[in-house]
Amino acid sequence: MLALGASFMAVSCSKNEPTAAKPQSGLTMRAYGERSPFEKTQRGARESTKSIGVGSSRTPLQDLYGTITPSSLHFERHHAGVPVIDPAAHRLVIHGLVEQAVSFTMEDLRRFPSVTRPHFIECSGNGGGELAGNAGADASRSHGLLSNSEWTGVKLSTVLEAAKVKADAKWVIAEGADACRMARSIPMAKAMEDSLLVYAQNGEALRPEQGYPLRLLLPGWEGNASIKWLHRLHVAAEAAMTNQETAHYTDLHPDGKATIFSFEMEASSVITRPSGGQKLAGAGFHEVSGLAWSGRGKVAKVEVSFDGGANWKEAVLDGPVLPKAAVRFRIPWQWDGQPTLIASRCIDETGYVQPTRDEILAARGPNSQYHYNGVKRWSVKADGSVTSV
Amino acid sequence: MFSAILVVMVLAQTPMGKPVSAEELRALDITVFPDGKGLPAGKGTAAQGATIYKAKCAECHNEKGEGRDQQYPRLVGGVGSLTTAKPMKTVGSYWPYATTVWDTIYRAMPYETPRTLKPDEVYAVTALLLHWNGVIGENDELNEKTLPKVKMPNRDGFVPDARPHQKLKKSK
Repeated sequence: MLALGASFMAVSCSKNEPTAAKPQSGLTMRAYGERSPFEKTQRGARESTKSIGVGSSRTPLQDLYGTITPSSLHFERHHAGVPVIDPAAHRLVIHGLVEQAVSFTMEDLRRFPSVTRPHFIECSGNGGGELAGNAGADASRSHGLLSNSEWTGVKLSTVLEAAKVKADAKWVIAEGADACRMARSIPMAKAMEDSLLVYAQNGEALRPEQGYPLRLLLPGWEGNASIKWLHRLHVAAEAAMTNQETAHYTDLHPDGKATIFSFEMEASSVITRPSGGQKLAGAGFHEVSGLAWSGRGKVAKVEVSFDGGANWKEAVLDGPVLPKAAVRFRIPWQWDGQPTLIASRCIDETGYVQPTRDEILAARGPNSQYHYNGVKRWSVKADGSVTSV
Repeated sequence: MFSAILVVMVLAQTPMGKPVSAEELRALDITVFPDGKGLPAGKGTAAQGATIYKAKCAECHNEKGEGRDQQYPRLVGGVGSLTTAKPMKTVGSYWPYATTVWDTIYRAMPYETPRTLKPDEVYAVTALLLHWNGVIGENDELNEKTLPKVKMPNRDGFVPDARPHQKLKKSK
């Protein structure tokens, strides 16, 4: 490497060019990298209270490629702000129906055998506006409470086994160290199946907004239950019926009953290109592409319609297709320049077909608010502009 | 299989984690269950709660729990609205357990200074909200024994997840 550098230098000198070379880009070396100054895409953020730093932000899906959401663009939802936690002082306490209450340092947790897995996280409020008849103008506003990352951590089952859970344990109540001590009750079966205690995201430590230094990750389940800033696991025989699992995240049906503990995020998809707010340069070839995902396992197939949902064509899936992870789909399109309604639908490995909005309305009415996964249509106008339907 | 054996060996050879004493746990464990397990001793009435509410809750939730600016939830009213086109989900119309009211106030409120209310104050504010919703009387005392016995109006309003709604079908 040194030799190579020296030879370049020699070449420069021989041409009498300045040797104190400034890189052509004009950028200086940076210890922690940033994107090109020409790249501007960002999250749409919404402050939800007068307390600064509390609210939600949405991933700009329409501007992204591939399947991994850059950590800086992962959607956020925090109910009482983002705490600053010193990892050296952080402890995870496991107590309740265990042989002995026990606490783990971050170093303890990293000593357990770890796994790295890509999974999506989707807020169960994603698409709530679509259901309510207030469709998002672009993919961020329609589906941006979905992100997909590579997560690294310890299987929760490994740590629970180490803590020696008792036989009558049926639930694990997970609590965060944020100001509101957000807590959710998780069925023991899920805790033992594929849940993770995650300390890294996309190859580096979790971002503060994603729960630094430790979060729970429940693959395929509504994001709210993947408790961030995790500091306590209370193993119990029953659910705690916390605010977040009763007053919120329950789906109200027209008969006045609400479904509770609706954890799985069902198969869904969205075309991100072309999508709302974009403009096609003209008739002719365009690749239609987007994201598909299912909380029940692998995406088996994605179909795209170019006539508003009457006929469907199978798209190609970029591999690998992994369970409870977003997959990129693509399909070529020769646009004739006429107004066109494009749509996608996801079929998962259980055989479940992503429903239409009308089917969801018929099943649970307009006020169920959460867990919406209806087919999303975009309208391509004759001038190439794309709008939400 | 191999990895399972490996994990067992690793854990057997390197015990990780540190026992937590009952005293440490008391400070940390704030879980409250619907049957009242986890509730600390204490008591309060709606009349006592009114003063605390005015000082610590009204700024966001408004004078009588009517909420403010959408983002500060309404706490009172809405009974009978859940089957209408505009359901109003409040403590009185929607929340299934009185213990959740206590837990939410203690755990997360006041928003800027959570877990600063004393148990008696939390019982008192809980009593006020339940009184405003017509669930208990103004002078009914709530304590760790009586609170879990309060039956909320929407106690039977929740049913298990019924999805998938669609019959599983293969696409054409």
